[in-house]
Amino acid sequence: MISFNQVRKRYPGGYEALSNVSFEIAQGEMAFLTGHSGAGKSTLLKLVAAIERPNSGSVLVNNQNVGALKAGALPFLRRNLGIIFQDHKLLFDRNVFDNVLLPLQICGFDHKESAKRVRAALDKVGLLKRERANPIALSGGEQQRLCIARAIVNRPAILLADEPTGNLDADYAQDIMAIFKSFHQVGVTLLISTHDAGVLQDTRVRVLNLRNGVLQTATSP
Amino acid sequence: MKHIFAQHLSVLRTATRRIFNPPLAGLLNIMVIGIALSLPAGMYVLLQNAQGLVQQLSGTPQISVFLSMDAKADDIEKLRKQLAQHPAVERVEFVPRDQALQQLKQSTGLADVIGGLEKNPLPDAFVIHPKPGNAQTLDKLRTEIGTFPKVEQAQLDSVWAYKLEALLKFATLAVLILASLLSLALIAITFNTIRLQILTQRDEIEVSKLIGASNGFIRRPFLYFGAMQGLLGGIAAYLIITASLALLNRPLNTLSQLYASQFTLHSLNLGDSLSLLLFSLYLGWLGAWLSVARHLAQVEPR
Ligand SMILES: Nc1ncnc2c1ncn2[C@@H]1O[C@H](COP(=O)(O)OP(=O)(O)OP(=O)(O)O)[C@@H](O)[C@H]1O
Ligand SMILES: [Mg+2]
Repeated sequence: MISFNQVRKRYPGGYEALSNVSFEIAQGEMAFLTGHSGAGKSTLLKLVAAIERPNSGSVLVNNQNVGALKAGALPFLRRNLGIIFQDHKLLFDRNVFDNVLLPLQICGFDHKESAKRVRAALDKVGLLKRERANPIALSGGEQQRLCIARAIVNRPAILLADEPTGNLDADYAQDIMAIFKSFHQVGVTLLISTHDAGVLQDTRVRVLNLRNGVLQTATSP
Repeated sequence: MKHIFAQHLSVLRTATRRIFNPPLAGLLNIMVIGIALSLPAGMYVLLQNAQGLVQQLSGTPQISVFLSMDAKADDIEKLRKQLAQHPAVERVEFVPRDQALQQLKQSTGLADVIGGLEKNPLPDAFVIHPKPGNAQTLDKLRTEIGTFPKVEQAQLDSVWAYKLEALLKFATLAVLILASLLSLALIAITFNTIRLQILTQRDEIEVSKLIGASNGFIRRPFLYFGAMQGLLGGIAAYLIITASLALLNRPLNTLSQLYASQFTLHSLNLGDSLSLLLFSLYLGWLGAWLSVARHLAQVEPR
């Protein structure tokens, strides 16, 4: 489903964020991406969504070389991905409901079907009662969950989550991991970056560990 | 199909809401556009009115041909035939000297003076209605007729109307130039407004791109914004023109009554009004399109 082959990413200014990264994630697999701050986790996830392009090597998503996609083809790649951004990227000029509605508007769903899907997604993350609130009025954990609702409302086949449990206490983190597991159970492919060791200990899942942009041995369950 | 229409409608509603946020800025923009458009459009209306007035006052030009006093009946008949057969002449009318005197008495109130005359001082005359032509061809015809036997003088009436019309054409050209310049200004206004809009909506654009929005989807609200602002500016221009004409018409009525005539300024007709609105809508859309093409690429998600 996702496959990196000898990927190197150097940012303007010369800093090499990823060196020679190769791995593969099969359809329906759930994998965690770990590493210290600055290890290159966000960079790796951005390469999957073609937000950044590799300097060499290839990034394949669904057998499509996304590093070579034309700008006009990007929207269709991204509509099949659900992305939870490290910096949330919520819009504060609209309420919770409209934030989750945006991906459906982009895909051109009709009003009734959209409303149904938005409420289902909000229900899943436990924010149904807050649909009229502005995201700025939500707690950190609630904002985190709102991001998840927006990422899943489109029912993507692949979910990318960049530190979805960062800055959350253990209980919230548990809740969110439980949500991810439920997606895993229905066949969604997940790639989740985290530096929360606790999350990793109690699950037998695949872990990709980055250190200074180099992929250490990937452990399998 | 229906839900696509509903989506466009909702984008339009959002765009309109953004025009008036903050309200004063939106109103000022619309007012500036309205004034910029109402100048050339208003001048155009005044010119149209002037043209109508000229036509109303002048009618079609005529050539008065005065015969020499010694012209006999068969001279007159010969001349009548000669004139009637001339290719540039539409119709010929004979005015006998007695009839001319009668008309003079009736129309000028100089009856006493004329009554005191011993004999009729007026010559026989023809009134020639030429075929339509411009001032030059008419003048040529007049000169030619002046050389005909027994013709004392040929005189071209209403040639001033032709000159005035030429002047009005010149003025129309000037208005056209003004309109072009102000249209450019209008495009520039929209261009800049949309640039600011793109800056304010930066987050939305960035997030939309990140979750798979096509360029068309991202462009749409800005294009609607520009078009809607243009349309509202056009409506403002229409109101400004209509109100100004109404304001001018009152003193004008008093004035025209003094001249014992009826003259009121007509406002834009339906076709012109629609053209004004469509044109301003198009200019707004164009300004937005240019601005979006220029500035949207600068918002790249990271
Ligand atoms: N746009 C950029 N331009 C230049 N350098 C960048 C850019 N983005 C990231 N980097 C650098 O690349 C390296 C990897 O960054 P990245 O964001 O992938 O780290 P990370 O593993 O996500 O860290 P964190 O856990 O703090 O989020 C960092 O050293 C960072 O400074
Ligand atoms: Mg990161």
